Amino acid sequence: MPANVEELKDLSAEDRGRLELAGLDVGETERSGSFFQIDQEIRHAHSGTEGIEVLPIAEALQKYDWLKDYYWKAVDRDKDKFTKFVAKQEVQKGFAVIARKGAKAIYPLQACLFLAGAKVQYLHNIVIAEEGAELHLISGCVSGAETKGGSHIGVTEFYIGKNARVTSTMIHNWSESISVFPRSASIIEEGGVFLSNYVCMQPVRHIDMYPTATLKGENAVARFSSVVVAHPGSTLDLGSRAILAAPGTSAEIVSRMITRGGTIISRGEIRGEVPETRGHIECRGLILKDGLIHAIPEIAGSVVETELSHEAAVGRIARDEIEYLMSRGLDEETATATIIRGFLDVKIRGLPEMLQRQIDGAIDAAESGF
Amino acid sequence: MLEITDLHVSIGDREVLHDINLTIPDGETHVMMGPNGSGKTTLLRTIMGFAGNEVTAGSIVFNGEDVTRLPLHERAERGMGMLYQRPPTIAGLKLGKLLEVTAREHRERIPALAAELNMDRFLDRDVNAGFSGGEIKRSEVLQLLVQDPTFTMLDEPESGVDIENISLIGTAISRLLEKDQHIVKRHKSGLIITHTGYILDYIDADYGHVLCDGVFKCHGNPREILKSIKTHGYQECEECQRT
Repeated sequence: MPANVEELKDLSAEDRGRLELAGLDVGETERSGSFFQIDQEIRHAHSGTEGIEVLPIAEALQKYDWLKDYYWKAVDRDKDKFTKFVAKQEVQKGFAVIARKGAKAIYPLQACLFLAGAKVQYLHNIVIAEEGAELHLISGCVSGAETKGGSHIGVTEFYIGKNARVTSTMIHNWSESISVFPRSASIIEEGGVFLSNYVCMQPVRHIDMYPTATLKGENAVARFSSVVVAHPGSTLDLGSRAILAAPGTSAEIVSRMITRGGTIISRGEIRGEVPETRGHIECRGLILKDGLIHAIPEIAGSVVETELSHEAAVGRIARDEIEYLMSRGLDEETATATIIRGFLDVKIRGLPEMLQRQIDGAIDAAESGF
Repeated sequence: MLEITDLHVSIGDREVLHDINLTIPDGETHVMMGPNGSGKTTLLRTIMGFAGNEVTAGSIVFNGEDVTRLPLHERAERGMGMLYQRPPTIAGLKLGKLLEVTAREHRERIPALAAELNMDRFLDRDVNAGFSGGEIKRSEVLQLLVQDPTFTMLDEPESGVDIENISLIGTAISRLLEKDQHIVKRHKSGLIITHTGYILDYIDADYGHVLCDGVFKCHGNPREILKSIKTHGYQECEECQRT
């Protein structure tokens, strides 16, 4: 582990580049706060915004006794071997972000989880937005250029209060030898909005996650968007689940997947448990090279007045689309890349422009690889 | 500009165009008519170089160069362009982005051209997704104005277009073919497939051709040919021995 790294800017130029690819602002100029953990060492946690705190989780649990009411409440500590592993650790790592009533961050908060050499990096995060608060979290999960092997296990619990608004944008930039097991869940109160965005364009060995949003307050909204590419040797088992548990709640799960030879299992589940609820799942997959895209959208409605739908399509780029662009003067390679870039272009409603640019940037950086 | 000699084209095992000869000089616009299934679109697609239209004999010479075996995009680079009757929808790709990528020069003209064709509101929309008939044609003409070909093929530019749009599209096509320029300055050429002839109200075509069953049956004044077809249908053309 690079012991002399205290701040993001102390990393090697190459690793800083990898962080930037994951949407992190190494200069921290356009960020309202930062958290930086290398392996198991928390190097940095601060907030520059009034009413919003960014603390190491262990410190936050000591400082605020009430935080235990949020600790392992959205995610079940006995859910699986990964949550059990995190729960049994004596010293907790990870962060707590607490946005007090009405606090609003203009710039995003960034969390940088850097896997340098540890066999396992684990953390437990809690994000709380109190009534009317607004915060935008961008998490860059990155391994170093020299990192060989390792696992990242991250538990994150989101609590979105009444009329609060939280966006969580996670960009992964791992490598072929890393396995990743995020375990996250969110609870959304009345009128709360939770947008969860996930981008993974780079190779990874294995990612396994199935975040769940429980919309327990009236008119709460959850939207999950993901853009992923599976390279040869990568297995991405991804899903998002929304439980519509109060009248007027709605959820949307949108995914764009490309395989270049790897495996993608794209799960999605929306449960309509009360009247006046709406949900939609949209999965689209492109197979560029033989691999696997297995879309498993599930919708389960248990009352008359819930409206749920899903659409899924998996295939290759249509020849007539490529020829259409070729007839406008693009060579086959450029025509194909232009269509793929369009395919991946998911504009996320309600996401600050700056974060949309980060997502676009992460996708553009990978685009030349097609 | 374009010289097609003794061209035979097959799709799969079936020959669909037989012994086609066609010359379109610089600055001329020709019109092609013929019954459905006679091979008009196949001829345009063969000239443009789409896969699946196999040239079994003959040649296509464009500006002095034999392009018969040249890939599609290289023909576009050399100045060929095509307006599609039914273009594909490309999910996710924004029309504005497509225009930016295909503009070889003068990208700054895109917003003004889009406004002229009432397409400025469509630049952020996925290409052809949910476009009406008129919107598709306006999008096609806009793409061609940005691409700026010297030889433009138009596959039924008026089909599915209402009266209001036809004037807009007709005027823009006329500009694309430099019909607004003095004949001496006019260098661009075109080949238009039309069933109705409405487009001829906006573009003075120089020459007309009738294609029946993959064979050119008639060449001449486009308005006279159109008038005759309107009166007698294609029956006479099919039976006509003159080629």
